[in-house]
Amino acid sequence: MNAMTQSGLSTATPALQIEDLRKSFGKAEIMRGVNLSIGAGERHAVIGPNGAGKSTLFNLITGRFPPTSGTVRLHGHDLAGLAPFQINRMGLSRSFQITNIFPKMSVFENVRCSLLWAQGYRYSFWNMVNRSRALTHAAEEILEQINLTNRRDLPAGVLSYAEQRALEIGITIAGGANVIMLDEPTAGMSHSETDYIMDLIRRVTENKTLVMVEHDMGVVFGLADRISVLVYGEIIATGTPEEVRANPKVQEAYLGAVLEADH
Amino acid sequence: MTDTTLHSSQPRLITLGGALPWLIGSLFLLVMPQVFTSNSAITIMNQMAITIVFALSYNMLLGQGGMLSFGHAVYMGMGGFMCVHFMNYIEDYSLPIPLPVLPIFGGLFGMGVAMIIGSFSTRKAGTIFAMISLGVGELIAACSVIIVAFFGGEEGVSGDRTMGPPVFGIEFLHQIEVYYLTAFWLVLSALLMYLFSRTPVGRMANAVRDNPERAEFLGYSSRWVRFFSFVAAGFFAGIAGGLFAINYEIVTEENLNLVQSGSILLITFLGGVGFFFGPILGAIVFTLLQSVLSLQTEIWQLYLGLLFVATVMFFPGGLAGVIMMHTLPFRLGKARLLLRPYVKTLLPALIGLLGTAGGMEILYHLRHAALGENEMSLYWISFDSHSVLPIAICLLTAAGGFWLAKRNAPELADAWHEANTPNGGVA
Repeated sequence: MNAMTQSGLSTATPALQIEDLRKSFGKAEIMRGVNLSIGAGERHAVIGPNGAGKSTLFNLITGRFPPTSGTVRLHGHDLAGLAPFQINRMGLSRSFQITNIFPKMSVFENVRCSLLWAQGYRYSFWNMVNRSRALTHAAEEILEQINLTNRRDLPAGVLSYAEQRALEIGITIAGGANVIMLDEPTAGMSHSETDYIMDLIRRVTENKTLVMVEHDMGVVFGLADRISVLVYGEIIATGTPEEVRANPKVQEAYLGAVLEADH
Repeated sequence: MTDTTLHSSQPRLITLGGALPWLIGSLFLLVMPQVFTSNSAITIMNQMAITIVFALSYNMLLGQGGMLSFGHAVYMGMGGFMCVHFMNYIEDYSLPIPLPVLPIFGGLFGMGVAMIIGSFSTRKAGTIFAMISLGVGELIAACSVIIVAFFGGEEGVSGDRTMGPPVFGIEFLHQIEVYYLTAFWLVLSALLMYLFSRTPVGRMANAVRDNPERAEFLGYSSRWVRFFSFVAAGFFAGIAGGLFAINYEIVTEENLNLVQSGSILLITFLGGVGFFFGPILGAIVFTLLQSVLSLQTEIWQLYLGLLFVATVMFFPGGLAGVIMMHTLPFRLGKARLLLRPYVKTLLPALIGLLGTAGGMEILYHLRHAALGENEMSLYWISFDSHSVLPIAICLLTAAGGFWLAKRNAPELADAWHEANTPNGGVA
């Protein structure tokens, strides 16, 4: 009976639930007990000063590093001990702060490779990738979405920085994961490039759960439904943009300085 | 734009452009023995074909999978040993297995060994993989004197290919019959290896080579992708081993030791790892140098070493890379511009090289010829290797040639730049 009620409530299971997550490198405790719950379909931004552990948090969630203690649940499934590729297969995909693409392969190939597992090709060595109309079509659709159709056959390494960042996002979303994690998608970009990426993120993450680390407050307040503030390995506040902006602790620790600097 | 949509809406298995190189290649293989009919030429061509299969399989690791192996000869050698044992079983028990299918057993055995070794060696790429491959190579070579029943000790294992049931009346007594058998397996293996590179796991091998971590975040385990490439490479190396066993009827420890593993690395790199046809070129050039140059000079390995070092330093793309560098000038219709500067730079450079080689040959003769045997012959001229004049001429020629080449090099650089620039300036 109880179980019935619980499964009946499963629609309310958070897309991502983090409980008391800790990570130490040697004696240094980088992550000091993070608790965070992100609902399905939510756009969530993680902000905080440099060195707060934002990228480490991403690395712990996506299996790049194992946490020292604590749990991460994706749609209710514990991710403990899983490798990045296993977590990815469960529907979580991420981008990187430092552009992380396949530089020697063409733009089209980059996108096609990121589609292969999701389209069920696994490790097959009995069918040819260029024979599948659906695969080619899907890859071209992604290229269209990220505005790189006219760069299709160039090696990814020769693209401009903004284009590489767009490709990075394209690779991240191509597999159709429903939880997308973006690590500073607009880092190092000009104003117009930032607007372009922001618009891109909004389009490609529709109906998906988005978690992003971002320094540009314009992007954060423009995109996020909720915001968490991470300071020295702890989340000091979580809430809607208005709540976070009004939070005195946040003002003191971080946002006050940033917002002042912005103006 | 219309071109891409057209392309994507009609994926066909065989296109004329795609099939053409294979048809030309096969035709070439058919015609070659009509042109070079001597037994020694056919022996060289057999050796070449076997090396091509081996080099292509090696490039599945190095070029496509980013795995630097120092022990790939293990899988060829193992396939070869298995095949030569099979030949003997066929003889001893009168098994109805025709000779032409034998390489498949070599392939399967090479694949089996690759599965065992690969299960732990492909966990990591880079230095760790290279070190494990080196260790395994040493280990298997050492085993060959311990497990005599399989490796036959120092004298190896020999067999007789003619003892199987004849195929359409062919008993494989003659080299030419073995040539066509080898050529058939060459085309089949090369085609399969090419198609492998077009499969999902073949494409992901490239991705894992470029960025293993990113591949992990796309749902692929880098380790498994490497494992599949490794096993496939082991299979085709085994086929090459089987062809070797059929051609030479003897397999020894020399076929799987580190020297052999080193030369296939050299051959593949020389040909170029970046293009599928690179290793084919490497195998052809290497076999030619090995068989033709070794008849002319005893220090041919020195020249080969110099060639290898020069390739690594100046043309890391190998011969295939050098050829493919010229596609842009050809596409722009400006390749003609390069002809004169090439002649003006490369001809003196060649003369310089010949002069240097002459000097080295004379020195070698001075040190190694029997006492009192002062006469040597070089470039069809006989002279006294102990006199000063010949070596002086060689050194002067070398210096002059290189000086001229160096003087004309800037002209070549300018022409190269011009030939690679589209009309109307940089786009």
